[in-house]
Amino acid sequence: MSDEFGFFLLLMSNGVMIGLMYSLIALGFVLVYKATDAINFAQGEFVMIAGFVGAGALMVWGAPLWLAVTLALAGMIAFGFLLERAMLRQLIGRPVIAVVMATIGLAAILRGFGPFVIFQGTKPLPLPIRDEPFLLGPLFIPPIQLLGAGVSLAFLAGFGWFFLKSRKGIAMRAVADNQQVAMAMGIHVERYFGVAWAMAGMVSALGGLLWGNMLGVDVNLALVGLKVFPVVILGGLDSIPGAIVGGLIVGLVENVAAGYVDPYVGGGTKDFAPYVLMIMALMIRPYGIFGKKIIERI
Amino acid sequence: MIHRECGVLKTTYEADMALYPLPIARWTVAALAVLFFLVIPLTLHEYYLSIGNLVWIAVIGALGLNILVGYTGQVSIGHGAFMSVGAYTAANFANRLDSPWPVNLLAGGLMAAAVGAVVGIPSLRIKGLYLAIATLAGQLIIEWIINHVTFISGGVQASIEVARPQVGSMVLSSQRDMYYFLLFFVVLAIVGTMNLVRSRVGRAFIAIRDRDIAAEIIGINIFRYKLLAFAISSFYAGVTGVLYTYFLGIANYEQFQIGVSIDYLAMIIIGGLGSVLGSIFGAIFVTLLPIVIRLSMEAFGGIFFTQATVLNLIPNLRLILFGALIIFFLVVEPEGLNRLWRNIRSYFRVWPFAY
Repeated sequence: MSDEFGFFLLLMSNGVMIGLMYSLIALGFVLVYKATDAINFAQGEFVMIAGFVGAGALMVWGAPLWLAVTLALAGMIAFGFLLERAMLRQLIGRPVIAVVMATIGLAAILRGFGPFVIFQGTKPLPLPIRDEPFLLGPLFIPPIQLLGAGVSLAFLAGFGWFFLKSRKGIAMRAVADNQQVAMAMGIHVERYFGVAWAMAGMVSALGGLLWGNMLGVDVNLALVGLKVFPVVILGGLDSIPGAIVGGLIVGLVENVAAGYVDPYVGGGTKDFAPYVLMIMALMIRPYGIFGKKIIERI
Repeated sequence: MIHRECGVLKTTYEADMALYPLPIARWTVAALAVLFFLVIPLTLHEYYLSIGNLVWIAVIGALGLNILVGYTGQVSIGHGAFMSVGAYTAANFANRLDSPWPVNLLAGGLMAAAVGAVVGIPSLRIKGLYLAIATLAGQLIIEWIINHVTFISGGVQASIEVARPQVGSMVLSSQRDMYYFLLFFVVLAIVGTMNLVRSRVGRAFIAIRDRDIAAEIIGINIFRYKLLAFAISSFYAGVTGVLYTYFLGIANYEQFQIGVSIDYLAMIIIGGLGSVLGSIFGAIFVTLLPIVIRLSMEAFGGIFFTQATVLNLIPNLRLILFGALIIFFLVVEPEGLNRLWRNIRSYFRVWPFAY
């Protein structure tokens, strides 16, 4: 195997791993959009604040690992639930820009809250996994990425089962499909809105712990959230398989682009390429690969 | 304005459309002109005038964004980038061609309008959320291009110095000179926007906002007017960028990052979507907020924290308050400060009687 091809394989494997970790975060976005039609521009900040809680518990308050993980998970689930109650419910039926701006406002609050209340500066978020990458021919795979990819796949499978088979999942699909009919069938629509936000919180908590371990926890952790948009637009805003496929595409494209283009333009292609791809997708197929096409009536 | 009438007594369309609905309105406008052209610039200290200048720059940008978001109903999270397009165009014109500021200003505005229209092209197929994301992509892509193409950004640190503007033989060096310079454009922008939304074009914008399919059916060319809205709005943004560059004396992409786009959206939401007065209120409010927070934290923060912590906390506190205010206005008063102002006025209209 030539070095050239080995390099390509390395980029690809890296892209798949990172892409699956993007999928995990995008999943939080998709769950909320699917059930409530609300758009969460604060998804990156959800991830960030979960990282802050985890790192704060471990490094500042000296809690054991299990407590830190529980705290991050329980905290984010409760946060998602309360957020729906306090803010999103007031905005039902309002124009798109109202929800967009409300979540942007929320993002600002969370960005201020993390350093203001929990800790300042950057803190590591150590998880008990080994640091040295696994070596497989030309590939080297950091264990954290492997764990991240595993967690993502497990959760995607879990949510797939939840929506297809469980009673609550079917109720949520009904709510997503048509709120009035769901209400008429005796489904407590508002409760499921809360459940959707709580699930988004849970997914973000896991994302926060994994990405926090990889990048370290500070305000910039929220920038991961900027990758969510290409992922969900490519995959389709309301599709869970779309989140996986979109994540994989974005992961692959940004790694390959960074590997081959960065030497010529001096860096930054990683953040640029997914958005170019997304613009093209918006022009050709705005509802994404798996998304539901919306037909407008007057 | 500040005067009040005692009821709606208009009997003709001409009276309804009149620029000055009551004779006293002339006096109100004259009084405001005296206040802003004479009292404020001649009495305030340079430091406060520099804050005033920031407010004026923000007013122009907010008016432009309101034309797009408030009147036409198209979301844009890319206005910071359009401002940077204007800023860098003007800076390059000034340094390469040595052209005077009116040329640079116009070039910056037109270039931003062209780029804005291109970014607005997806608005023909997509709307709402998708458009928000597409303009966000526009913001990031433009930022990246400016930062990486040395022909535009000038290479080192991606910043270009610009000489002070010159009117006749006078160089505008003090904040007071800049104040008058900017105020001229603010008046132009306000009058321009007010007239635009009363015209055929403005009515087409409002029809598109209210129901775009219906607007298309009654014969409005959606393609043309949506792009026109993007172009006009970006022109304002470009001019804002140029003026900001002249204010700072330097064009730097860091002054126009995504946070700026969000600040301007916050201005028009807090001020009131689809209202000229609201844009002005919002621009004043959002520009002054961090300054007020800083001053009050420096004054009272020492009671609770040490001086070093206070300095660290100020930007975070600003973010928290900023976000909380956006959410507060969205949930409690969606029509913003403009609505509060109208409520106060209509309360006093019949005061001291109940109705």
